[in-house]
Amino acid sequence: MSDTTAAIPTTSQWPSLKDLTSQVQSGKVTAVELVERALKTIGEKQDYQAIIATIAERARARAVEIDKLIADGSHVGRLAGVPFIAKDNFLVFGADTTAASNILKGFDAPYQSTAIERLEAEGAICVAKANLDAFAHGGSTENSDFFTTKNPHDTTRVPGGSSGGSAAAVLLDMAPFALGTDTGGSIRQPASFTGIVGYKPSYGLVSRSGVIAMASSTDTIGPLARTVEDAAYVIDIMAGKDSLDSTTIDRDAAGYDITSPESLAGKKIGVIKEYMGEGLDAGVKKQIETSLESLKEAGAEIVEVSLPSLEYSLGVYYIVVPAEISSNLSRYDGQRFGFSDKSAKDLEASYVQSRTKGFGAEAKRRIMIGAYVLSSGYYDAYYNKAQTVRTKLINEFNEAFKDVDFLAGPTAPTVAFKIGENASDPLQMYLADVMTVGPSLVGIPSLVIPAGKVDGMPVGLQLMAPQKADRILLSVGATAQEKLSKEQK
Amino acid sequence: MADLTREDILQLARLAKLELTDEEIKKFQNELGDILGYVEKLSEVDVKGLKPTTQVTGLVNVMRNDEIKPYQADQQALLKNLPDRQGNNIKVRRVL
Repeated sequence: MSDTTAAIPTTSQWPSLKDLTSQVQSGKVTAVELVERALKTIGEKQDYQAIIATIAERARARAVEIDKLIADGSHVGRLAGVPFIAKDNFLVFGADTTAASNILKGFDAPYQSTAIERLEAEGAICVAKANLDAFAHGGSTENSDFFTTKNPHDTTRVPGGSSGGSAAAVLLDMAPFALGTDTGGSIRQPASFTGIVGYKPSYGLVSRSGVIAMASSTDTIGPLARTVEDAAYVIDIMAGKDSLDSTTIDRDAAGYDITSPESLAGKKIGVIKEYMGEGLDAGVKKQIETSLESLKEAGAEIVEVSLPSLEYSLGVYYIVVPAEISSNLSRYDGQRFGFSDKSAKDLEASYVQSRTKGFGAEAKRRIMIGAYVLSSGYYDAYYNKAQTVRTKLINEFNEAFKDVDFLAGPTAPTVAFKIGENASDPLQMYLADVMTVGPSLVGIPSLVIPAGKVDGMPVGLQLMAPQKADRILLSVGATAQEKLSKEQK
Repeated sequence: MADLTREDILQLARLAKLELTDEEIKKFQNELGDILGYVEKLSEVDVKGLKPTTQVTGLVNVMRNDEIKPYQADQQALLKNLPDRQGNNIKVRRVL
């Protein structure tokens, strides 16, 4: 891997999802060929450690089936034969589902995630499982119990996280899109660090059934892709109510597929003052300002907006989220699935030893924080207080959206950091989430699009819209990406 | 915030069903102190008149019909992940 960036293709081997599907449907290319193309690329680029496991056998069998349906003239779906990669916290048949954790090593999913089922119903084929920070706890993939994924732009740097494997896989052209999860920035920050598109939908828009829970009040599912159009196409297929996840909301009656992207003209974009000040790297700031200037040229009105409570969003996040993690991870008890320590002499010891040997350092840290903030005597001071400050934050966002159509800012305070740079200081690592946790706590959709580079490393512009305004955010976001990509040429 | 005491950490570990080494206890005393010190910033926020957030979608009483439906996975698919079993039952270590 001496020539590190050679693996990043200048032109993708994957046309847009719509073109790819119509090529399969018309017989110009077969599903089998697409699956082989994806598996070949995955094999060639395994040094980046983006992938935990391939699903070769099942993917090949599904491709044969889809090609047969096409040959018979039968109906095939809107993603017929299109390969994709899922973060390894989605339950998928054909390979273990581990969430990159030792405690789930060898776990064979008894059913599939709703998101996977919906994509498969349209003919998509999952070819591999991508690396992540174990249980999605982290922003670099360094917390994976297996290995750290390398940023293809510079292999001494992290790809971001926790969906770092998914982001690197898309950048390396292994598949036209990948699925990630975003609890506090886990789709958006790796999209920014690798220079691709990442989309965190409104809370509740995509069912979490069959996805390993991290923090249930902010967990969301979304795509990482090369274009906003492709991301919207995938959202259109996954979105909507699911009886297996009672937090799901109705989909927009008009859907999310973009047929003609909406113009930026007359759109009012509020730049979040608190995201542009202290702590923001000067190079990233300049890149974001240049991008906003381009959007202004395209007709958008750019104003400054202040959301004073954002200063506290990371504090709220690191109380609420560990609290929810500590409850969600209590199911890993060594009795029904996952690692079980056979040397335990009784049931209590079996719980303790299985958890102690099975969980990694970061999971333990978050369980401990969660146990603390939920424990009697501290509940009001921490958890209740945090949820009340969260209300204040939500009110400020709602107020801001009365005046502006979208909010904007950077995705992270810096470009991708070096592997190991933040590993010894968990608080420093948590600060990397400072610009993404706000929208997560509020439950609004947030889109990241490439906004140029600083010293060769990508920067992502974050665009946010009111809750459930996913359709307009994606449509205008597609126009914004088009405009910014022209500037970057 | 000052570091947590050794007793604090041991009590949390008991609640969380984790066993910690001496080294981990020391590390958590320090790290949890740092993190809790950071989140203590929230105490300065004026939240008079505000209620804690419990959910963000506004959905209320999501009900389903009380009907028996077959479970999405078959029994053997669920049983195959059991660490230990006897027939179709989960086998656990002795309780007493």
